[in-house]
Amino acid sequence: MFQLILFSILNGLVYGMLLFMLSSGLTLIFGMMGVLNFAHASFYMLGAYIAFTLGLRLGFWPALVIAPIVVGLLGAVIERQGLRRVHRFGHIAELIFTFGVAIVIEEIVQLVWGRPAKSYQVPAALDFPLFRAFGSSFPAYKAFMLVISIAIFAFIFVILTRTRAGLIIQASLTHPQMVAMLGHNVPRVFMVVFGIGSALAGVAGVIAGPVLGTFPGMAQVLGSIVFVVVVIGGLGSLTGAFVASLLIGIVQTFAVAMDVSVGGMLTAVGVPASAGGALHDLWKVTIAQVAPILPYVLLVLTLILRPTGLFGTRET
Amino acid sequence: MTNMAAIELRDVRKSFGATPIIRGVTLAIEAGTRQALIGPNGAGKSTLFNLITGKYPVSSGRIRVRGEDVTDLTPYEINRRGLARSFQVTNIFTRMSVFENIRCAVLWAAGYRYSFWHRIGAARDVNERAETVLEQLNLAARRDVPAGVLSYAEQRALEIGITIAGGADVILLDEPTAGMSRSETEHVIALIRQVTAGKTLIMVEHDMSVVFDLADRIAVLVYGEVIAHDTPDRIRANAAVQEAYLGVPQGVA
Amino acid sequence: MSAPAATRSLALPGVARAVLARRVGLGLAAAVLLLILPQLVPTGTALAIMNQMGIAVIFALSFNMLLGQGGMLSFGHAVYFGIGGFIAAHVLNMAGRGTLWLPVPLLPLVGGLGGLAFAVLFGSFSTRRAGTVFSMISLGVAELMAASSLIFDRFFGGEEGITTNRSKAPLLLGLEFTRDRQVYYLIAFWLFVAALAMYAFSRTPVGRMANAVRDNPERAEFVGYSQHRVRFVSFCAAGFFAGIAGGLFAINYEILTAENMGLNASGGVLLMAYIGGIGYFVGPIIGAVIFTFLQSMLSDYTGMWLLYLGILFLITVLFVPMGLAGILMLHAPAWRSRRIGRLVVPYLITGALGLVAVIGAIGLLELLHFVAVSEGAGATKRLFWTTIAPRTLMPWLGFAALAVLGALGVRWTAPRAAAAFAEVTK
Repeated sequence: MFQLILFSILNGLVYGMLLFMLSSGLTLIFGMMGVLNFAHASFYMLGAYIAFTLGLRLGFWPALVIAPIVVGLLGAVIERQGLRRVHRFGHIAELIFTFGVAIVIEEIVQLVWGRPAKSYQVPAALDFPLFRAFGSSFPAYKAFMLVISIAIFAFIFVILTRTRAGLIIQASLTHPQMVAMLGHNVPRVFMVVFGIGSALAGVAGVIAGPVLGTFPGMAQVLGSIVFVVVVIGGLGSLTGAFVASLLIGIVQTFAVAMDVSVGGMLTAVGVPASAGGALHDLWKVTIAQVAPILPYVLLVLTLILRPTGLFGTRET
Repeated sequence: MTNMAAIELRDVRKSFGATPIIRGVTLAIEAGTRQALIGPNGAGKSTLFNLITGKYPVSSGRIRVRGEDVTDLTPYEINRRGLARSFQVTNIFTRMSVFENIRCAVLWAAGYRYSFWHRIGAARDVNERAETVLEQLNLAARRDVPAGVLSYAEQRALEIGITIAGGADVILLDEPTAGMSRSETEHVIALIRQVTAGKTLIMVEHDMSVVFDLADRIAVLVYGEVIAHDTPDRIRANAAVQEAYLGVPQGVA
Repeated sequence: MSAPAATRSLALPGVARAVLARRVGLGLAAAVLLLILPQLVPTGTALAIMNQMGIAVIFALSFNMLLGQGGMLSFGHAVYFGIGGFIAAHVLNMAGRGTLWLPVPLLPLVGGLGGLAFAVLFGSFSTRRAGTVFSMISLGVAELMAASSLIFDRFFGGEEGITTNRSKAPLLLGLEFTRDRQVYYLIAFWLFVAALAMYAFSRTPVGRMANAVRDNPERAEFVGYSQHRVRFVSFCAAGFFAGIAGGLFAINYEILTAENMGLNASGGVLLMAYIGGIGYFVGPIIGAVIFTFLQSMLSDYTGMWLLYLGILFLITVLFVPMGLAGILMLHAPAWRSRRIGRLVVPYLITGALGLVAVIGAIGLLELLHFVAVSEGAGATKRLFWTTIAPRTLMPWLGFAALAVLGALGVRWTAPRAAAAFAEVTK
């Protein structure tokens, strides 16, 4: 029992911080430019794949630095050449554009690296158990993931709140026209934020690739969860992204670990669950199997009841 | 014939966050009159319109339209009770043709609701009414042009057309002549006079010549309060009004 | 049916009659075309593709009721397609067992009702808001359904899906559907009926208000309409027709899996509709035909057909947002004034050079794919009907030359084509 709780919390934290790395960029981009970037998770995927390939020749650590830079530059180019062009067609056109970019990136990944998953390994230096508790071990690599994500978060926080560039970015978030009037190159700010957001997603890919798997479908799998996080946290709110990431990360990790059936759960709290009938399939299912749906149920509920999310101030 | 109040506001207040914009407005607009709502910029005139038409909820107070309490109703519920409004910033259906714009404004009043079993081409009542309004607006030549490509004055005319096409009895026009030249303004005044004959009209306006030309009564809104509601002559002579606009009391103009 | 979303001039009764006559004529021509199509290309593969196209057209048209007509971008429209298909498959199985009497021709209606039921369920809250929130809810619903399909094994058939058999059902008027060609005529019939119905819907009061709510939802409220309600009606209608397409899918392929309900299917219909042109009624028809054609043809030759379609989609979004239908409509004045002939030569020249550039680009991508992925495989590859050795330099230079020269050629000749276009469109 304690083993379950302890490791679920730890794993949940790792997963949650990973989600935060992805969702922070996405929510910032949305907050600033009003566009929900469908291709955000694609940059996550590219980060993993590029790091994998670079890692084969240069080793994990150089790849950790280079891959996100490559991904960030790519993001900046896509913003400049593509997104900026469709901006005048409206938000729907921007959404559709990023959707198309996601498709093309996924296909290009398959073109260059093929369909089977890549055996992207944890670097040897980190491939040991950090500690043992209640019979299970917690890998050092996961602790590394946690450390990196916290470090990046702290870094971004400092940049946003303590530097001049960060101030300009924050201002552009809510008052782009005013900032432009003050003489700043707001389109350039957008491009930089887009690039940094993409680089962040890339970093997430670099460190998560060995753990969550490196395969062409990885963008779709994680992308949907990231959307859920961003919406529940509130579009444009970094605090919201942080809270929602940890919330979803921990809830999902716990749910996956629970082998109890839904029917069993309901009976335990006193709700009778009949063995037969049309909902039989639902009752006999375990919490673990229901786990994948939970985020989407939360998403739909949030959008119905409180579209601005937990901390957001705008819906579109 | 008793003149029932077409619109009645009772101590209506509205604050946005901590900022009070409307600070207790009590006003009665008699049915069948043409009235103007004037006041310095930022007085809250458009906000008042938005409260009456259901776009914003009131912070407190009650609003009645034609005797019925509409304070908590949605815009479409209020519109269905016979009140229509135009917008200060042109608010039309940009991709649809001029004719279609007007026709859409007629549909609910004509009783079609959410019908998907009527062929719109065969709905003579709706089409004829739209054609009539089109003629009144002098836009017949621009019938099939997408509304987004009209000139500014044409769009303002269409804006008014959409407002009155449904045959509402209470019409609210928000700065109908904003940005217009003298001749355009005169056209619009004639149009307004024509389409609001027999109806109740409230007009937010800054152009005093329009106000004194059209209005039976004038209400003056300053800092969210109505400081005067009277005939044009008495408003002109009202010291409080002069002070609000000019800063010092003047002799009779 | 070729008119854009705005109306044509109906000011004069004579003009109105002429327009109506033209539309009826187009409809009849389409019906005739549908009837004789199997005779024109009688091969088995062609028939299979035509069946696929027919289903895709209905699906894409239903999608455009949301996007083009209503301004709602849904990432989960395949949910209603798939649910309609699943329900139809189960009902068909029941009819085969004798539990109820339902002949195959009426099955698409069952699919439609299934799609409608779920559209009512999900649409009640989905349509409260438009724009990005609507899109995200649609995504959430799609993911929910995808995850649910793993739980409700008995309905969704788990990994293998649900199979059915159209030759076990009771017969209506002795009509059998054992052969592809018979299924074709059933699909063609429903395609005609559904397309007609969807077109007619756009010409009803709620259909017109759907356009109004798309353009300016706030103003629509101020003329008496609840934007939520209007969107809801459109949403339910779109779900109904998507369900009909799903029912036809069940009949044609006799199998439904969760994939048919999933995000890839929803993405596909978005691509189809957008490439075809969402601002015109015929746009999704064109898009569905071309998409299905490319998908079927290309997937035989290359594993990267989705990449090519994705690139085509991006090009459309970036440079030609009006879609193929929009491009065709741009040439309508030239067609009407019968001066379109003058465009043939300039367009052929620029088009041929463009084709050269595209061949070069495709060649390079295929070479890249081959070299990147196939390590232990042989040294040669068949590309454009010739055998090529991708690990040598020649093919790379060749395709690169084609791409570059083609692109330069297009740059060089495009102004002339543009000038010709401007001239005939005056």
